[in-house]
Amino acid sequence: MKNVHVSVCTGTACYLLGAAHLLTLEEILDPITAEHVEFSGAHCLGLCGREELGKPPFAKVNDHVIADATLNKLLDKVREELGLETV
Amino acid sequence: MHHDNKANRLRKEILARAARAFFTDQPDDSLNRIPIQMRPKDARDSSRCCIYKDRAVLKYRTMAALGFSVEKEEDELKPISAYYHEALEREEPVPPILTVIDTACSACVTTQYSATNACKGCLARSCESACPKDAIEFRDGKAWLNPDRCVNCGLCMKACPYHAIIRIPIPCEEACPVGAITKDPVTGRENIDHTKCTYCGKCLRECPFAAITDLSQMIDVLNHLKSGRAVAMVAPSITGQLPGSLPRLVTALKMLGFSEVVEVAGGADETARHESREWVEKISEGERFLTTSCCPAYVEAVDKHIPALGKYVSETPTPMAYTAAGVRKNDPDAVTVFIGPCIAKRVEAQKNPDVDFVLTFEELGAMLVGADIDVLECEEAAAQTAVPSREGRGFAASHGVTDAVSAVVPGNALFEPVLVDGLDKKSLRQLNLWATKPCPGNFVEVMSCEGGCIAGPGTLGNPKIAMRELKKLLDESPPLAAQPVAAE
Repeated sequence: MKNVHVSVCTGTACYLLGAAHLLTLEEILDPITAEHVEFSGAHCLGLCGREELGKPPFAKVNDHVIADATLNKLLDKVREELGLETV
Repeated sequence: MHHDNKANRLRKEILARAARAFFTDQPDDSLNRIPIQMRPKDARDSSRCCIYKDRAVLKYRTMAALGFSVEKEEDELKPISAYYHEALEREEPVPPILTVIDTACSACVTTQYSATNACKGCLARSCESACPKDAIEFRDGKAWLNPDRCVNCGLCMKACPYHAIIRIPIPCEEACPVGAITKDPVTGRENIDHTKCTYCGKCLRECPFAAITDLSQMIDVLNHLKSGRAVAMVAPSITGQLPGSLPRLVTALKMLGFSEVVEVAGGADETARHESREWVEKISEGERFLTTSCCPAYVEAVDKHIPALGKYVSETPTPMAYTAAGVRKNDPDAVTVFIGPCIAKRVEAQKNPDVDFVLTFEELGAMLVGADIDVLECEEAAAQTAVPSREGRGFAASHGVTDAVSAVVPGNALFEPVLVDGLDKKSLRQLNLWATKPCPGNFVEVMSCEGGCIAGPGTLGNPKIAMRELKKLLDESPPLAAQPVAAE
């Protein structure tokens, strides 16, 4: 199974609007999925100015931009990218 | 997960939009457009009947973000920009209150019990026999609770073998530990009784319609930043509330326009030293116990609901009070701004002439977004105070005050701490009991928010992460010395 890269934007706007909570993603992954997730959350992805993409908080799962991100949205995308059944 | 949901995000988005408008060339236009921008014509996700009602509610939310209570609306045609100009003229912050945006309140059902379609219309009909008020009728062979008769006793729910009767809570009333929020019997909408409210902020956080809001002082502070005399006093619970470390945030606050940044944890050191002395004095005088006084929602709760406990509450000034007094001493004209996780701190500030304004971490986050400051890009700088102690910084989480006071009480004293971690109906009853009956310890730490300030209603960080960051910071901080307290 290939690895999937998840990055959560930690720019001020994203952090304010919920990214602070998305940083707990690693803690809620099951051990098998966790092995294949490379997580990063330490810089601004520079997406918040682009209204056509949607609302902050933004995150990226591989190359997919996720707007108005929630832990569930991230989990679903991660599982989809890994070719696992989504729950 | 009540810390992060759509209602909560909406509140913060409004604050951020209002702050952003402040920094634009045409704040009037930006402000007036907020409801339309957030619910454009083609918006599909109207959360109420239609986008027009959504927009009306958004206007009220923006008013609250500018510090206006919705009840004060006299002219419905008055645009947001007119409120903005009034806010800029305001000399003093508005009195702190929690207010219900009545158009946003969904008027949750009064009858808290309801029979679901899991009802089999069984032969036994134990619900019917259990009901003392004859409130259960059978329609199409299924149970139906007549709201005119139901008294919400819940006996039917217990009696049903199919679990077909459910209890539907009213989230804000459920959250309020003191019964300050109740329904208007005519409209079904909630009202806050300010003679009972302790400003703990629990209702604000729990309402799924974000119908309860506090009045922001954000615009007042933004306006005063121009004076160049505003001093930011950041609460110990700041760790994990914004991206990046405290030293980066110091730079961010200065970029925003604060002339100085001080850690209230320094004031907490003072509180700990004085409170430990007070404890020694009181106990040696024969008092049974002493409770903390740094949590303003608890202090309000004692004043309004457990007056008998009043004489046990510490008279030592709070960390905010010590910090603000220190700032005033250095510069009598400083504009003092406390930044913390707390709504009730606004009530405390109103009684303390040394504190001019109180911001929540949410409001600070919104201001940084408005000014387009990326905290992570900021250089590190130290706050202009001596490094506060591990114990002072530890005030941020439950048990912190106890640890700090116990660190400086004389070694031979019999210090028996009790922790009240979160004020709810049950713990208030407990406290009430201790006022007259034996208390299991001689030092009672009370935190209105479960987990302490780090989980306060004005926070935006994740409490778990914040706790981790706090522990890291505490490990790096020097221990609290029982050094002689400066002359008073």
